[in-house]
Amino acid sequence: MAGTARTIPAPPASPETQAFWDAARQGKLLVKRCTACGEAHWYPRAICPFCGSDRTEWTEASGQGTVYSYSVFRRAPIPYAIAYVTLAEGPTMMTNIVDCDLDAIRIGQAVRVSFKPTEENGPPVPMFTPA
Amino acid sequence: MSLKGKAYIAGVFEHPTRKADTQSLAQLHAESARGALEDAGLTRADVDGYFCAGDAPGLGGLSMADYMGLKLRHIDTTETGGSSYVIHVAHAAQAIAAGKCNVALITLAGRPRAEGMATGTAPRNYGAAAPDVAFEYPFGPTVVNQYAMAAMRHMHQYGTTSAQLAWIKVAASRHAQHNPGALLRDVVTVEEVLDSPIIADPLHRLDCCVITDGGGAIVVTRPEIAKGLTRPPVKLLGAGEAVKHQMGGKIDLTYTGATWSGPAAFAEAGVTPADVKYVSIYDSFTITVLITLEDLGFAPKGQGGKLVADGNLIAGVGKLPFNTDGGGLCNNHPANRGGLTKVVEAVRQLRGEAHPQVQVKNCDVALAHGTGGSLGTRHGSATLIMGRD
Repeated sequence: MAGTARTIPAPPASPETQAFWDAARQGKLLVKRCTACGEAHWYPRAICPFCGSDRTEWTEASGQGTVYSYSVFRRAPIPYAIAYVTLAEGPTMMTNIVDCDLDAIRIGQAVRVSFKPTEENGPPVPMFTPA
Repeated sequence: MSLKGKAYIAGVFEHPTRKADTQSLAQLHAESARGALEDAGLTRADVDGYFCAGDAPGLGGLSMADYMGLKLRHIDTTETGGSSYVIHVAHAAQAIAAGKCNVALITLAGRPRAEGMATGTAPRNYGAAAPDVAFEYPFGPTVVNQYAMAAMRHMHQYGTTSAQLAWIKVAASRHAQHNPGALLRDVVTVEEVLDSPIIADPLHRLDCCVITDGGGAIVVTRPEIAKGLTRPPVKLLGAGEAVKHQMGGKIDLTYTGATWSGPAAFAEAGVTPADVKYVSIYDSFTITVLITLEDLGFAPKGQGGKLVADGNLIAGVGKLPFNTDGGGLCNNHPANRGGLTKVVEAVRQLRGEAHPQVQVKNCDVALAHGTGGSLGTRHGSATLIMGRD
């Protein structure tokens, strides 16, 4: 259970992604999708990185994903698992795998989102736990 | 316009220090510059182009030009992390070919040890305005755990093993034993690498490069100048640069920007991997070397493990001698930026001035490759192919 015991820095605020963090406080994971080219991307941007359009909109993700890769950082005072999780909606995002046996994490494993609190009452950040 | 033969590396210098308690950052840059100019047989007054990156203090190129008293008509502060200086050589050649300068000076320096910097094991925060920070920094990305994710995926997808990665460190250590300046001179075995503590799965402590202070410098000139100097001239044959990033979330950690910079450099040089007698490959971690060698075409994708195993990277033993100074894994990784020293050892090999125990016979074509940033998120890749006259 070590993954949640460490202190998580708060994500810095930005007007470009305020809606994402507001939704995070409601336990919702948002993904930006471009209505011009149809592609969802990560991390969220106002301008689509695939086609350059500004017609991007927030959509609620299912919170389901699979582990693309991971690494347990053993040297940290409290070991934790950094990971890339591929969302059911397509994009792959950096995150942590938490609330599990870190030695049992595997590539391809199904996971679901679990928001975790951050320092100084910052917005919670989307981490993942075995589905 | 091809850069082939348009510029030469006339001087190189690797700062001898590995811990700079008594020197300032600017001083290390200037000492490195003096060393490379002396090696070339040129003086500070000959320099009319200057190149540096994010390790330079203050306003970078402006601060260092002021400190060193340079009179410049060309300046370039391209910043792609540890690969910057490999790119600088290519940009210097472009500037020379375009008539913008005659003698280009490139410097690098840093003192992470003297400053007690947690180099690879503390998450780096590049500031709230960096668009990725909110979506990455809370998850504790360090240099080592990001490269570790690339290693983990490569192992999963292609069956690469920790023992294969360990052979890269073994080869570097076999070379470093002959380098009196190397930070780590002890020869290690595959077993010793595998027995060293895991830092971030699957990377062990001995899969990681050293942390050193110091620096280095390179002098690039137009051909007429290089040919009038006393040192053996090293000709630039080809160069390529590329940036790889997270591609909007279409992440693939099994290849690097070398996939693009390599072919560009080979095409410009008019040579193939089979023509290359020596390679300097950025070795922040063992996995960096393995994936880069695949991307450059020295092995099919996924087969890098077989290429690097069984001593194949050891000079005098294997088919593809690499990092004969001991590289970043054993010798030196000044300022956490290993691109410049990669060029330096390739120049030594082409001049026939590497240590006799590691000098590659008939070394007429050499390659140096830099990777700056992180394999896991965003990085700059730069490939140089150089030859003898």
